[in-house]
Amino acid sequence: MINQLARLGHKGLSKLAAFGRAGMILFQSLVAAPQPLIMFPLLVKQIYFVGVLSLIIIVVSGLFIGMVLGLQGYTILVDYGSEQAVGQMVALSLVRELAPVVTALLFAGRAGSALTAEIGLMKATEQLSSLEMIGVDPLRRIIAPRFWAGFICLPILAAIFALVGIYGGALVSIDWLGIYEGSFWANMQNSVDFYDDVVNGLIKAVAFGFVVTWIAVFQGYDCIPTSEGISQATTKTVVYSSLAVLGLDFILTAVMFGEL
Amino acid sequence: MRMRILEISVGAFIVAGALALVGLALNVSGLNVSNSDQTYTVYARFENIGGLTPRAKVTMSGVAIGEVNEIILDKDELMARVEMNIYGDVDFLSIDSSASILTAGLLGEQYIGISVGAEDDSLKDGDYIEDTQSALVLEELIGKFLFNEVSE
Repeated sequence: MINQLARLGHKGLSKLAAFGRAGMILFQSLVAAPQPLIMFPLLVKQIYFVGVLSLIIIVVSGLFIGMVLGLQGYTILVDYGSEQAVGQMVALSLVRELAPVVTALLFAGRAGSALTAEIGLMKATEQLSSLEMIGVDPLRRIIAPRFWAGFICLPILAAIFALVGIYGGALVSIDWLGIYEGSFWANMQNSVDFYDDVVNGLIKAVAFGFVVTWIAVFQGYDCIPTSEGISQATTKTVVYSSLAVLGLDFILTAVMFGEL
Repeated sequence: MRMRILEISVGAFIVAGALALVGLALNVSGLNVSNSDQTYTVYARFENIGGLTPRAKVTMSGVAIGEVNEIILDKDELMARVEMNIYGDVDFLSIDSSASILTAGLLGEQYIGISVGAEDDSLKDGDYIEDTQSALVLEELIGKFLFNEVSE
């Protein structure tokens, strides 16, 4: 009994310590003494790996999600004789919810896991300690550019996702289902507000980018430096960041749209 | 060379993101930059605004000429006061124009329809539209109908 209690306490304390380490990584790599000139080429390279290479999966899934939304929305709305509202439905659900959330989930699977595995392997092969030995701060050299890259890329990817999805929905509903083009776009433009919907969606994407990259980088940096440890850390990255994104999404939605 | 391709693709990526944002702004949300700074304000008092909300459109003969900016309760008159922003190039609304709250379709959103009167003077910034017609509230209509049925 006492042993179990002690184990529980130990577990809680080590979780708390992990939070502390995560916070320290965040602070040391972002806030303390940024070096924009040295970081810029590294940042460009990371944006390439994290953002440009994620583009294909984002565009393809955005297109299909938009098309499915158009199709499903049409079959429901046609019963009420208001199939023109399908544009409004597709645009609002994409811009407010699906674009930031699905992008963040795909991003966690595509880029977050890669970040964790890369940093974890660097740790396992003692590249990080070698950097430290030659007087280069691995937090600034390795972690900070990856952090900023995730932070910058996710909103861009989410915006592309939303736009591609809306055009996918337009393709299905205008060209295949024969909704009048003018009312499709006019209904959409009447109901979507730039500041309330588009900007709030992008704010969500920024928050998700922050959380997903933070978790990915921390799990990589904090992993047990063995092949098993790296695999565990990669799994943890995907699981934790998906949960964090979905939970955070509810909170942000409640604050932004729920009139709290 | 490898670095150059990488830089170009990152640049293209960021430009694509910016373009997507512009597309979302202009094409999807219909953000209108040109009309927003040249509007004038007109007020109208309504007995009942029904489901009218801010950002609802103000139309004349079905053409949008502005939007509802703010709806407050006027304490002195005990009526709803609706503040409308009318586009600057629509400067020919006569002072005896009437405003009514209409509904788009059976279940659609509510908007304000303005019909122009006969006077020569036109509404200026801050003027009130005196002749107003309230929103049609379905419950009141049904109530009246039932009342008539009973009294017959």
